[in-house]
Formats: sequence, structure tokens, C-alpha cells
Amino acid sequence: MFPLNKDKILLIVLRIMAGISVLSLLFILFYLVKEALPILQSISSHRFFTDESWHPTSGSYLLLPMIIGSILIMLGAMIVSAPLGILTAILSQFYAPPWFTKPLNRTVEILSGIPSVIYGFLGIVTIVPLLAEFQAPGTSVLAGVIVLSFIVLPNIVLISNNALSQIEQVHIHNAMSLGLSRYAIIRHVILPQAKPGLFTGIVLQSGRAIGETLAVLMVCGNVVQIPGSIFEPVRTLTSNIALEMAYAMNDHRSALFLSGLMLMVVVLVVILIAEKFSPQANIQ
Amino acid sequence: MKVTSKPAHLKSVPDDYHAAPGTHQLPTHISIENLSLKIDTQIIFDKLSLPIYENRINTLIGPSGCGKSSLLNCITRLSDYNNSSLEGKIILDNNDLLHKKTDLIKLRRKVGMIFQKPVPFPMSIRKNFALPLKEHGVRNTYDIEQKMENALRAVGLWKEISNRIDTRADKLSGGQQQRLCIARVLALEPKAILMDEPCSSLDPMATAIVEELIVGLKEKYTIFLVTHNLAQAKRIADFVAFMWYHDGHGRLIEHNHADVIFEKPSNPITAAYVQGLTE
Amino acid sequence: MNALPTNNNLADTLLKIASWASGIFIVLFFGYLLFDITVNGFSRIDFSFFYESPVNAGRQGGIAPMLISTLLILILCLCISLPIGIASAIYLAEYTNEKQWFSRFIRRCLNIISGVPSIVMGLFGYAFFVIALKLGFSLLSGALTLAAMVLPLLIRSIEDSLRAIPQSYRLNAHALGLSQWRMIFQILLPMASQGILLAVILSIGRAMAETAALLYTSGYVMRTPDSIMDSGRSLSVHIFDLSMNVPGGEPSAYASALTLIVLLLIINTITAYISRIIKNRSIK
Repeated sequence: MFPLNKDKILLIVLRIMAGISVLSLLFILFYLVKEALPILQSISSHRFFTDESWHPTSGSYLLLPMIIGSILIMLGAMIVSAPLGILTAILSQFYAPPWFTKPLNRTVEILSGIPSVIYGFLGIVTIVPLLAEFQAPGTSVLAGVIVLSFIVLPNIVLISNNALSQIEQVHIHNAMSLGLSRYAIIRHVILPQAKPGLFTGIVLQSGRAIGETLAVLMVCGNVVQIPGSIFEPVRTLTSNIALEMAYAMNDHRSALFLSGLMLMVVVLVVILIAEKFSPQANIQ
Repeated sequence: MKVTSKPAHLKSVPDDYHAAPGTHQLPTHISIENLSLKIDTQIIFDKLSLPIYENRINTLIGPSGCGKSSLLNCITRLSDYNNSSLEGKIILDNNDLLHKKTDLIKLRRKVGMIFQKPVPFPMSIRKNFALPLKEHGVRNTYDIEQKMENALRAVGLWKEISNRIDTRADKLSGGQQQRLCIARVLALEPKAILMDEPCSSLDPMATAIVEELIVGLKEKYTIFLVTHNLAQAKRIADFVAFMWYHDGHGRLIEHNHADVIFEKPSNPITAAYVQGLTE
Repeated sequence: MNALPTNNNLADTLLKIASWASGIFIVLFFGYLLFDITVNGFSRIDFSFFYESPVNAGRQGGIAPMLISTLLILILCLCISLPIGIASAIYLAEYTNEKQWFSRFIRRCLNIISGVPSIVMGLFGYAFFVIALKLGFSLLSGALTLAAMVLPLLIRSIEDSLRAIPQSYRLNAHALGLSQWRMIFQILLPMASQGILLAVILSIGRAMAETAALLYTSGYVMRTPDSIMDSGRSLSVHIFDLSMNVPGGEPSAYASALTLIVLLLIINTITAYISRIIKNRSIK
């Protein structure tokens, strides 16, 4: 099909490059598994859930509190930011005048690009002291939820805006000509159609939330425990990795890699779910 | 700028003439023999045979969707790019174009193609010519300049745009763009030119200009023109092939001198199709 | 904004109030963030901040080494990811059919890579680049890790830009006998150039905000790196260190955060500007 040698060479080079892109995933999986293997070989998996505590240097590998910490914080953040995000998108699409929505949308765009480190930093200097006055120590589940919500919120607004604006005008016009009011149109025509897009967006963001490391590290207190209340400190899987990699050795390090692998599996599952519901999901 | 309604050199046709492809005593430039085309799994046409006569305006008429454009694409092997499977032969200069070893670059130099919507590349007019010329081995700037000017003169554009050769080609009007595309093909000095409804996106004025150009071109080139504009076919065609959708795919129904097709078609389907034109 | 018929029913009013509340909340939040960082950061900044090295663990002095490291990592990252990204995108857009399983497989792989949490990417970078390839803690390791993270975004954007070019250009190019090489590099890529530029700038923004992946790949050291094989600290990591490990480091952290946000704002503005140009072009 391609008569020139130049074109044949081009095809080979392009194929190699595309192959590298795909190979990188394989490499990532391979190295994660390779480093996680030692701990899997030396202890049986139920110990991650049944050991006494997390003291790898003494052979204790209880990961459960950190798993719970990750889940708690993620859920909390999604519960707070999903409604807020969708409501804001509804505002920008249907209720607010253009002089408000334009700056609002720009603001949200900018917010979504701000590094989570900065949110974490603001959390330390503002939110934690505030909470500390209310109930010591300040670094807590609640602080983590608040900070994480702020990180995830702009993206949810962006995705919701996208999902809501893609409803075809035809449906809206039909509804209007039937005499339906704004609320009714939003509730019965637009939202149901936007549901797949909204759902996908939220699922993807929760995947991102559970992978967030530094911001939660900075405000959660990092005590390894199952928190009794939202004011108590907690440690997430991600923070655990970031904190202990610096000095972990052998099986300890391997355990950290394993927790990283776990996180990756969770995110993989999340992405597969999201893809099922919206095959053209644009994952950024 | 009048376009003549009937090519003056056509001899009159006897009453008992029967249409059969290939029985005209004229040199055949491209011979399509038993060509069958499938795209994905759908049959577009099956065992189609058609001669394309040298230095004539050969036209292909018929309703949209019956495979006319696909047939054109086969000749320059553009069909290679969309999952097609081709069987049969297309003979040009004693070579079967469908053979695997065909030099596609040479083929596309010998047989040029004009598309329905003119597509000048988004670069200067000069570069629009330089790109294909360089591909086909013309490197010398002077040669490129010469060939470009000759081609632009041949389509009557030189006077209009010689002062803006370095401006973007897509800023020209529709008619100018199509003539530019024709010039771009002419610069490669082809032997035959295929045209897929070249005037259908042009306004009537531009159409008239391009039609006159096509009639002028037949002296030096073989033309194979697909059109769904029967009036146009009547105006400029020498030979007409009529395709119709039959049995789920395209079929060649009749092929003959334009005069015969429009005045005394032998097939009733042809008669029904062209009836709007015969007074 | 969709202009929908208003109606004075209770549900509509409630929704109106709720969505306005969310919107105003976000605007207030952003205002507060901007205000806080600007005021606190500004007071710490003078011109020397940008060309001096940190003194006293960063409490005084400047952030010059961090700026240099950040810049170098960025440049390296682009040098690695751009060729691979453009080549892969060309391969996908010009040689594969969107519906074929192969294209969908590659797309899924890229989606998965972009979903991997950044700390886990950091783990991979550590295991592979730092240890296995013996690159050590270096700007190069960091850049390679970032390149892996940024690749999916690059490929997706560039592929979309290429696919957006109408098929008629390719047909005409083929009909004129142009080789794939010429068609791609002299016609298609120039036509997609704005989309490519946009993709590059988006990637830069993403890379600059990245922190967790750099912690264990490019290093923690505060001095100016001697070469790409030397370790260095990026701006975002610096903010992290100042807020977590350096008591009294808050003013410097504020200043660094302000710098980072301003840089990102510049990038964001350029992105918006280019997007607008692209949109206007395609209306023609």
C-alpha cells in the first residue's frame, strides 16, 4: 500500500513509539508487582487486616486503619463536593446571568489547575487552627475531608457543566413547548439525560480523591488508628507511602509497594466502571 | 461565455444502433474489466465493465449511492484506504492497475483526480504546486515555477492570481479554488483526469467557467467525469455510461454516445432516468 | 446559558437558592484563597526572591534553585514526552480505525495510566528509573516519571486534533500521489499545530502542579543541580517541605505558593487564548 521506503520506515518508527506508550503501562504494573512480591511471599494476606498494629519493623502489618482512613476521607469529600459541584453547574447553566457565569467558569478552570500542595498548605495554616480551637488537635478526618473537597470540587463543576450542556436542544425545546417550567425541565428532562455523564465524572473524581496524597498528608494528623470521630487524626494509604518510603527497607518497603498496588487496582476498577457507563469518557 | 449544447464533431447515430460497451471504434485509454468492489462486507458493484475512451469526455451518470464515486476511487487506487476488496482488472497502458506491484505514485501522476469539494491545501498557492511537484521529482525552483504558470494559464487563472501566488490558496472563491485544484493536477502532466462531480459545489457562473475548461481540456487529456447533473452531461459529454441501483448494488445499465443515450436509449430504465431532458 | 422559562413555584425557588449558594460559596472561597496567598506571599517577596538561594532551610533567601530545577524538569519532560506523544498520536490517528479493538485497547491503556495516583507513579519511578536504571535521585528520573504521567493527555489531545482534520485533505493528498511522510508532516501536522500547542501547554500546567511523583524521584535537596543527573527540588516540593518540616517556614511557603500560582495563571491564560483562536478558526 505504501510504495515508498520512506513511508515504510515511517510506519515502523510510529509503531515503535506507540508501542512505548503502551509498554509503559506494562512496566508500571511489572515494577509495582515486583517490589510488592516479597511481602506477599513472606506473610499471608489476611494479616493486613488482622495483625495487631502497623509496626513493620517489628513484623506487624495491619493496613486496615489506613484503608479505612482512605475510604472515609474519599467518601466524605465526595458527599460534600458532588452536590455542591452539580448545583454550581446548574447555576452556571440555567440560573445565573452571563456576567456571572463567565467569571465563574474561568474561576473554576483556574481552581482546577492549582496544585493540591497549595490546598494542603492553606489547610494547615487556616483550617487546622480553626478546627483546633473547636476540638483539638485540629489535624483530623474533618480537615482532610474539607481540603479534599476543595481539591475535587472544581473538577466536578467542570465535568457537570460539560454533561449538562451536551443535552440536545431538541429535548429542551420540546419540553418548553409543552409548557414545562424551568425546575421541571431541569428535574425531568435534563438531569435524567445528564446522569451518565455526571455519574462518570463523579466516579472518576472519587478515583482521583482516593489517590490524593500530599494535601491529606498535611492536614490529617497521620496517626495510625481507626478514628472514633471526625475530629480525630487519621492516616491514609497514600500518606503512609509518602511518609515511610524515605526510611523503609526490605519487607517494610515491599508492604508499601503493595499498598500502592492496591490503590492502583482500586483506581483501575473505578475507571473500568466509569468506562462502562460512558464509553467516550474523556479522562484527563 | 457560452457553452455549446452539443459537441459538433459527433456523427449522427443510425436508428438501429444497439448499445454494447467497447464496440465503438475508438482507442480505449483505460479499460475497466469485470470490476467488483466490496467495502467492509457490502457489495458496491459487481463485475462492471466499461471502456474509457482517449481524448473524450466520458461521463458516468446515475442516482446518488449507486457507486459512481467508488468506481472513480478504484481507478486511482484510493479505495485502498477504506477497507475495500477489489476484484477484476483495470487496464491502463497494458498494465493492470490492481496488481500489487503497481507504482502508485506514477499512477497518480498519470491519472489525476478532482473532487467534488475543492480542497486547496491551507498554504500559499505556490506551495500547493510545489508540494506534489517535489514529490514527483521536480526539485528545481525554476521548473516548479514554470509548470505552475503553465497549469494556471491552462485553466485561465494566471491573469487573476499571478500577483498573489504567495497568499493562501484557501482564500480564493469557490470557482477559483476548483480551477486551482484542476491546475494542480495539470501541473503533474497527467494523461487522464478523473472528476467526481466537480461543479456540484459551485454556483452557476463558476460552473459554466469550469465546464468550458473541461471541454477545452479534452484535446490533450482523457476525461472521465461523474455527474448527477443531467443537463451538464447533455452539455458536455461525448460518451455516457448510466449506472443504476439494482439488486442491492450498482450496475452498469447502458453505455453509448451521449446523443444516443439522451435521444434513443435502448434500456427503459435509462429512458425513464433521462426523460426530463429530452424535449 | 440555556434560557428556560421561569416559574414561581417553590421547587424552582429552592433550587435557585441552593445553586446560587453553591456558586457564591465557590467564588468566596476562591477570593479568600487568592487574597490570603497574595497578601501573605507578597509581603515576603522582593526581586531577590527569584535569584537567591534559600537560607536557613528556606525561611529566608530565595527560591532560585527550585525555579531552575522546576524549569529543567519541565524541559526534560517535554523533550521525552513530545516525540513519543506526537508519534503515537500520528500512529493512532492516521493508521488505526477508531472502532478497531487495537485502537480501543491503546486508549484504555492510556486511560489507566492517567488514572494512576501520583504517589504510586512516584513509587514506580523510584523502582524503575532511580533503582533499576540506576539513574539515582535526579532531575532525569523525575522528568521521566512526569513524562509517563503526561503522555496520555498529550496523545489524546493530539490524536483528537488530527482526527478533526476532514478526510478530504488526505484523499486529495493521496490522489496527488503524495507520500505519507509528506502528507503528515507538511499538511496534517501544520493544520493541527494549534491543537498540539494547546496540548503541550496543558501538559506543562499539569507537570508543574505535580508533587508526589517527584518526592522520591527527583530528590529533596535544596541546592541548584549541577546536571540533569543531579537531584533537585521542584517548587511544589519546596512548598511541601516548608509547610510540613520547617517551623516558621510559612511566609516562604506563601511566597512560593504565590509564585507557583502566578506561573500557572499565565499558562492558564495562554491556554484559554489559544482555545479561543481554535474555536474561531473552526467556525469559518
